[in-house]
Amino acid sequence: MRYIDEYRDGALARAIAVTIAREAVPDRRYQFMEFCGGHTHAISRYGIEDLLPANIQMVHGPGCPVCVLPVGRIDDAIRMAMRPEVTLCTYADLLRVPASGDTSLLKARAAGADIRMVYSTLDAIRLAEAEPDREVVFFAIGFETTTPPTAIAIRQARKKRLTNFSVFCNHVLTPPAIRAILDSPEVPGLGRVRVDGFVGPAHVSTVIGTLPYDSVAAEFEKPVVIAGFEPLDVVQAILMLVRQMNEGRHDVENQYIRAVTAQGNLIAQREIAEIFEVRASFEWRGLGELPASALRFRESYADLDAERRFVIETIPAADNPACECATILRGLKKPAQCKLFGTLCSPETPMGPCMVSPEGACAAHWTYGRFRDKAKIDAEKAIA
Amino acid sequence: MCLAIPIRVEQLLPDDMARVTLGGVSKIVSTALVEAVRVGDYLIIHVGYALARLDPDEAERTLALMREAAVPEMEECRP
Ligand code: SF4
Repeated sequence: MRYIDEYRDGALARAIAVTIAREAVPDRRYQFMEFCGGHTHAISRYGIEDLLPANIQMVHGPGCPVCVLPVGRIDDAIRMAMRPEVTLCTYADLLRVPASGDTSLLKARAAGADIRMVYSTLDAIRLAEAEPDREVVFFAIGFETTTPPTAIAIRQARKKRLTNFSVFCNHVLTPPAIRAILDSPEVPGLGRVRVDGFVGPAHVSTVIGTLPYDSVAAEFEKPVVIAGFEPLDVVQAILMLVRQMNEGRHDVENQYIRAVTAQGNLIAQREIAEIFEVRASFEWRGLGELPASALRFRESYADLDAERRFVIETIPAADNPACECATILRGLKKPAQCKLFGTLCSPETPMGPCMVSPEGACAAHWTYGRFRDKAKIDAEKAIA
Repeated sequence: MCLAIPIRVEQLLPDDMARVTLGGVSKIVSTALVEAVRVGDYLIIHVGYALARLDPDEAERTLALMREAAVPEMEECRP
C-alpha cells in the first residue's frame, strides 16, 4: 500500500538503527518519551526498542485518549445513558473501560441502557435525525484530532435545528499535558520520570501544527521531534533526537513533513474555536487536575452542551487501586510491572483503560511486547 | 482511535464527502476539514474525517533522508 509499506521497510529501519548506535555517545543516557499511544503501539508492534542500543530508552507518555479520561466522567456518561429518554453514542474504544462499582458502558448496555457505538460523529447526527423521540448524546473524547469532527457535528446539529442532540465534551489538549510532565517530573512516593526529549504526536500535529511546541522546547530545554506513526518514522525521529542532544540543541523538528506543517490545519482550528473555549481545569488520569488543559462549550452553543442539558456535576472517583495505569501514563512504570498484567487483566477482562484501547500501553504490550519478553528470557536461559 | 493511515480518494461526493478505498474496502468520509480535495489525493482519515492531505514531494524527501541516514550500514554491506 502506497505511503505505508515504504515506511515499514525492516532492512532500512535496522540500517538507521546502526547509525543511531554509532552516534549515541556510549556513556550517555538518552531517555525519550513517546507522547502518543499511536507511537507506543508502533514501538511495541515493530519491536523498535530491540533495535536501539541499551543506553537509549523509550518511556510511554499519556497520549491515549481513552486512558487519560478519569473514571468520574465515565460514571457521568453511564448516569446519562441510564435515563430512559437518552441514547448515548460513543466510539467503540470507550465501551469496555471500567467505571466505578465494577461497571462499564458495556455492562450498562447489558442492563438496558441505550448505548450505541458510532464510527463517526456524523453517525450520531444521523441517529438524532432518524429518531427524533430520543435524546441523542454524543460522548466526545480525545485530543485535538477528534475535536474538529465533534465541532463539525455540533455545527451541523445547529444548522439542522436538531433539538434532540447534544454533546458531552471531554476534549483535552496536548501541549498542557507535555508541560505537566516536564513541570513536575517528581511524583510523591513514586519517583521521578526522566525525559530528555519527546517524540511528538503525528495526527494531533496535523491539526495544531508544530508551533505550539516551540515554547515547551525552549522553556524546558528539551528537544521535540514530531513523528509519523510508521516504524521508520519513529526510528528516524529517535536519530533526530539523539543528534539534537549530541549537539546540545533543543529545537522543535518535524520528521512528519509529509502531513504536518508549522501552522497546522487552519480550517480545523477555526472549527474548534467557533464552538469551544478552554476550560479552567480538567482532571486527567495519571496527571491529576491540570489548568487550561481541556475544552468546553462556548456560551453561544450552550444549548447543545449535554453537561448543561443534564446538569452534570462530576463526582471524582478512584481507579481500581491495583491498576497501575495512572503510573504508566506518567511514564513511571511499564505494563509488565503491574501485578495484574496478564493475570487478572487482559484485553478480554480489562481492569484498566490502558488494556482496553489499542493505543494503551498495556494493550500494546499484551498484543506484541510480551512475546518479545518471553523470547528474551528464553534466550537468556539458553545462554546460562 | 488514532491509528489512522493514508487512504486514497476515489470519488468526490456532494456535501464535502468522498469515497476512499484501502485494500479493496471502500468507505465514505467527510472532507470538510481539508481544502480542495481531489481524486487521487491521499488523506489522513481519523474517525471518519480527513485531517490532512499527504504531500507526495515531502513523502519522497522523507524517504530520501531515511536512506541517507542509513548510509553507513549500506557501505558495510558492500563487498
Ligand atoms: S495491566 Fe491492567 S490493571 Fe495493570 S495497569 Fe494495565 S490496565 Fe491497569
